Amino acid sequence: MRRKIVPYLLILPGGLWLLIFLVVPLVYMASVSTMTGDVVNGFLQTFHFANYGQALAAYKTQFLRSVGYGLAGTILTIVLAYPMAYWIAFKGGARKSTYLLLVLLPFFVSFVLRTVSWKFLLADDGILLGPLKDLGVLPQDFHILATTVAVIGGLTYNYLPFMVLPIYVALERVDPRVVEASQDLYATRAQSFAKIVFPLSLPGVFAGVLMTFVPMTSDYVNASILGGPANTMIGNIIQTEYLVNNDYPAGAALSFTLMAVMLIGIFVYAKALGTENVLEAAAR
Amino acid sequence: MTSPPPDPALLRGLTRPRLGGPTRRQVFRAAGLSAAALALSACSIPGRKAAATPQKDAVASYWAGKKRNGVLRWANWPLYIDKDGKRYPTIEAFTKDTGIQVTYQEAIQEMPTWFGKIQPQLGAGQDIGFDLMVMTNSLQLTKAMELGYLAPIDHSKLPNFAANVGAKFKNPAYDPGNAFTVPWQSGLTGIAYNPKYVDGEITSIEELWNPKYKGKVGMMSDSQELGNFGMFAVGVDPDKSGKADWEKAGKRLQEQRDAGLVRKYYENDYVDALARGDVWLTMAWSGDIYQQIAEGRDLKFVVPREGGSIWTDNMCIPMTARNPVDALALMDYVYRPKIAAALAEYITYITPVPSTQAIVREEAAAATGEDKEALELMANSPLIYPSDADLARTRSFKTLSDAEEKVYEGIFQPISQG
Repeated sequence: MRRKIVPYLLILPGGLWLLIFLVVPLVYMASVSTMTGDVVNGFLQTFHFANYGQALAAYKTQFLRSVGYGLAGTILTIVLAYPMAYWIAFKGGARKSTYLLLVLLPFFVSFVLRTVSWKFLLADDGILLGPLKDLGVLPQDFHILATTVAVIGGLTYNYLPFMVLPIYVALERVDPRVVEASQDLYATRAQSFAKIVFPLSLPGVFAGVLMTFVPMTSDYVNASILGGPANTMIGNIIQTEYLVNNDYPAGAALSFTLMAVMLIGIFVYAKALGTENVLEAAAR
Repeated sequence: MTSPPPDPALLRGLTRPRLGGPTRRQVFRAAGLSAAALALSACSIPGRKAAATPQKDAVASYWAGKKRNGVLRWANWPLYIDKDGKRYPTIEAFTKDTGIQVTYQEAIQEMPTWFGKIQPQLGAGQDIGFDLMVMTNSLQLTKAMELGYLAPIDHSKLPNFAANVGAKFKNPAYDPGNAFTVPWQSGLTGIAYNPKYVDGEITSIEELWNPKYKGKVGMMSDSQELGNFGMFAVGVDPDKSGKADWEKAGKRLQEQRDAGLVRKYYENDYVDALARGDVWLTMAWSGDIYQQIAEGRDLKFVVPREGGSIWTDNMCIPMTARNPVDALALMDYVYRPKIAAALAEYITYITPVPSTQAIVREEAAAATGEDKEALELMANSPLIYPSDADLARTRSFKTLSDAEEKVYEGIFQPISQG
């Protein structure tokens, strides 16, 4: 009897936590997304599903832009993170943990603060661009801030460690003897990477994509600090709908649409990669 | 992020176990379904519309039986009171004169977020932890008044307000008869520019549309601020504007955006951008620019000849305040000319007490060195004591009804949110 209860007691704290702070608000927000009304007169549940259509019609540009930025940022982080993780895993030697700490070090500083400091670095007449302009290398009206490049760059910078760590973990698990064996069988270094190491590291890349694509697509800090008028992301819109317009139904509808888009995207991606169970692959 | 207040009954329904069935799996499924069904059908977010202006007896009935408690909890914006290290001289003087202990917090950063924070509690009739707060005349203040969140003010207890506050700060359009609010400080929205990059003087709002400044113009994202400037640009008085005028203004602002003139629609971070040269000219608030000038930066601020905005931050008492009588005492205290002058010298926005200018002049005459310079700069600054000509060109934000607000936001918000 006791043995049967124990596992359930163990999941009780976490389970309750999730129920109260995740499931309840989610269900509640789902309900809000089909309400109509305004703050002064109150919101009433009218099952007004048109909220979704309206919000999507009004903000489809920002939607597509966010997904685009998320994809671009994710690909960039893979390109940057893979060699880094590879080097730490195979050439890091005894200092591996130091290098990992260095990757994580920026996280000791607040996210917003780190993003704002990019603004100082990249200022139009700042320490980076100012001298180049004075030397005539760049035209006077050249700027990086308030461009797509700045926002995607900021996203990539902020989420890079989330890609490095899972890829590192996957590479770390590759048994060096397997690589040796492939070379015994006359595989070149490139071949053993392409046929052995890379496929074995794919679960790490997959987990990394989940951990970067989702937050990047819904991020609003980078767009609001580094972006200009043409870089607004869907996260900024949701924030405005909630806090400025107090249009809770529209904000909730946008959030759920975003969630759906990302879930579909992730499952399609998992299918394409041949992973049957998304969560299992991510946890591996 | 702020979410609407959950209905307590709903929460109880979701957390109370509904066990009783056979297998655990079924129980969980049933609980989940019923919770979802409950949530989806039974709940709503209540609003509470109150009478717009309180009747005489509303004032009497609110204040009847209210007593002074000797404590006061005050929510204000950052850097919005005189401060000496960790001490607040004006508040200390107030405590000394009245015996009321004040807990002062810089709790307010932005109107929408502040309203989002207090709305659930005020809506439920709960104490928000403050007896006095400072709110800008804005859509949120209008909502707070409409929802009956603010205590009606007993003007018989405010003799200093009646005697010392300038006529143009009394009886504002957004709160006729100062029924719920009294002014803390005012400010102007005009154009600030950096003479290092901008040749000559800027006097016209048209400069914000000058192709010469492509990508170097800053605008504000707040749709009331932005809308007002759009209206000035097309020669419309916001007070008398309607939907057609807003559309015209919106079109003009969209042209500005489409031409690539606007670097960014700023919230309150335009000052750094201006100082760093990211923007060369921008919509700006007078006090921000005054502080930069006082620190020695070479920046200019003008009220464009087509018009500028004037706004007021107001002291108001939440309906659920525990110490409203003490709050009223403070409201009156800050209109004593000496006190108002001390506040103005630190805050450097526009004080509602015009007689402070003479006091600052006297102090400047008595002071020496840096203090003298600072006080003289202030007493003669058109940013703190704007000229009548400047003030004549300034307009408030239009007070919008609920229906109008939707239309208004629908026109101006997409411009900054593209």
